[in-house]
Amino acid sequence: MAKKRLLQMHFESGVGHIGGNLSVLDAILLVFNEFLNVDDFFILSKGHSAGALYIALWSVGKLQDNELAQFHKDNTLLAGHPPARSIADIAFATGSLGHGLSLAAGTALAFRLKQQDRQVFCITSDGEWQEGSTWEALIFACHQQLGNLTVLIDHNRFQGFGSTDEVASMAPLWDKLKGFDADIQIVDGHKLDDIRAALGVKSKKPRIMVLQTIKGHGVSFMENQMAWHYLPLTPELFQKAIQEIEEVEAP
Amino acid sequence: MRKQLCDALLERSSKPDMVFLTGDLGFMALEPLQEGMGPRFINAGVAEQNMVSVAAGLANQSLEVWLYSIAPFCYARPFEQIRNDICFHALPVKLIGNGGGYGYGVMGPTHHAIEDYGVLLTLPNMCVFVPVFDEDIPAVIARAGDCTTAAYIRLGRGEPPKGYAVPAYAPWRQLCSGYGPVVIAVGPLATTYIETFEKMSPSTRPNFWAVSELPIEKNLFPAELLAQIQSTSLLCVAEEHVRRGGFASELVLYLANQGVALPRFVHLHALAHHYSRYGSQPFLRKLSSLDAPSMVSALKGLNDD
Repeated sequence: MAKKRLLQMHFESGVGHIGGNLSVLDAILLVFNEFLNVDDFFILSKGHSAGALYIALWSVGKLQDNELAQFHKDNTLLAGHPPARSIADIAFATGSLGHGLSLAAGTALAFRLKQQDRQVFCITSDGEWQEGSTWEALIFACHQQLGNLTVLIDHNRFQGFGSTDEVASMAPLWDKLKGFDADIQIVDGHKLDDIRAALGVKSKKPRIMVLQTIKGHGVSFMENQMAWHYLPLTPELFQKAIQEIEEVEAP
Repeated sequence: MRKQLCDALLERSSKPDMVFLTGDLGFMALEPLQEGMGPRFINAGVAEQNMVSVAAGLANQSLEVWLYSIAPFCYARPFEQIRNDICFHALPVKLIGNGGGYGYGVMGPTHHAIEDYGVLLTLPNMCVFVPVFDEDIPAVIARAGDCTTAAYIRLGRGEPPKGYAVPAYAPWRQLCSGYGPVVIAVGPLATTYIETFEKMSPSTRPNFWAVSELPIEKNLFPAELLAQIQSTSLLCVAEEHVRRGGFASELVLYLANQGVALPRFVHLHALAHHYSRYGSQPFLRKLSSLDAPSMVSALKGLNDD
């Protein structure tokens, strides 16, 4: 249902960035619906998946259908990337990659300094790990041993103008991460039970989950196609995508 | 000004919500603050982009956050983090840049900060403090700390003449009076002119002002200064900042918006980005025609025209 709502929102607004929204949707929905307590904090560092964030907020009643209908339109609160100071449940505007993990680390440190038992969740893209500031943030989070910080990496293996392996390979990404004093897990980003189990593991260190995902997940003609980083849906393709999702979701 | 800074921040750190971040700088200066603040003093390492965003995350949880580095590393390297994470979210983080202007002159161009406040004042929810004298620091820390917006504090070196009675801090201060032109200098550069101006006869001595807070609209523009500008034939601005985007152009716009007819105008400003030789702050001020003899020559030349 959430996947259909996401596609409908993008179709009605004529907006792209669908592939990376579909790759992260399962994880972000799970975080919002099962793990994010009322005092916890969420930052979407890969701001180009704002659609998935809006749908996650819609799924927990924080955004309404009439607000989703304004996505990406003039005078909207729901910009193409998460906005600043306009939606109560979106703390930080993101969209320039490499900011979110530092913001999350600062927030997690603030909770610790204030002796508050609150968790911080941050979702990054995989291409975003080409930003030096993301590694600065990881060094900081590990050095400070921010055990209340959970980082989920949407490892869909595609970025703006090629695959991550073609553009600036760090494969395997988790091997680089394992050099840091954090708890690293590699998880199928579309198997809810696997993500659920990984998020259930407690740690005194920062937790990093490399979510193995599929760009455009659930829509055959979008899967693993870089073009769906950008393309909007035509009416025909929208109907085809909806049909595929309904077939999968049918009991 | 670093000792005064440490003392002022240490006194303020009795506030339990205050946090201090440094980009691995402060050796032989900030150790007392480090000892006094304990876990609320954080050396964020050589990672200024992260440090600024961490500061935003802390401030968003209502902590009072101060951030310290050498001036160019404080604003130039992490500019996008200041813009996106601090200013777009109206978070009152206090950025302290040591060695503003040519403060680290002989260290080379990477260490100069001569476009800092111009760049930062293009951002929303940002103000700037440029203390003139070492004695200004306690007041500047208090005012910046209580400021509801983000603030950038450009620290330099105040070098007034020996025995000079430093006036109490104010955003605008008249340091000399006379019947000559009106001269306004930004921050500690003002101290380099005091002795020269004081030796001049009253008939040629400028009405000399120092400004320490920007943008101009932040404070009430002094009525006395406005009257002096309206009656003078020559207005001079001196600033250790590049020509574009600095205080001078802001002042001219301000006066134009007030309907004030501009007298003859001269702008002394920093030029070092065009140089290939380096030296001390006085050396670079001289090369930029910002030293006292150059100021006198500029005023005299224009008065004689």
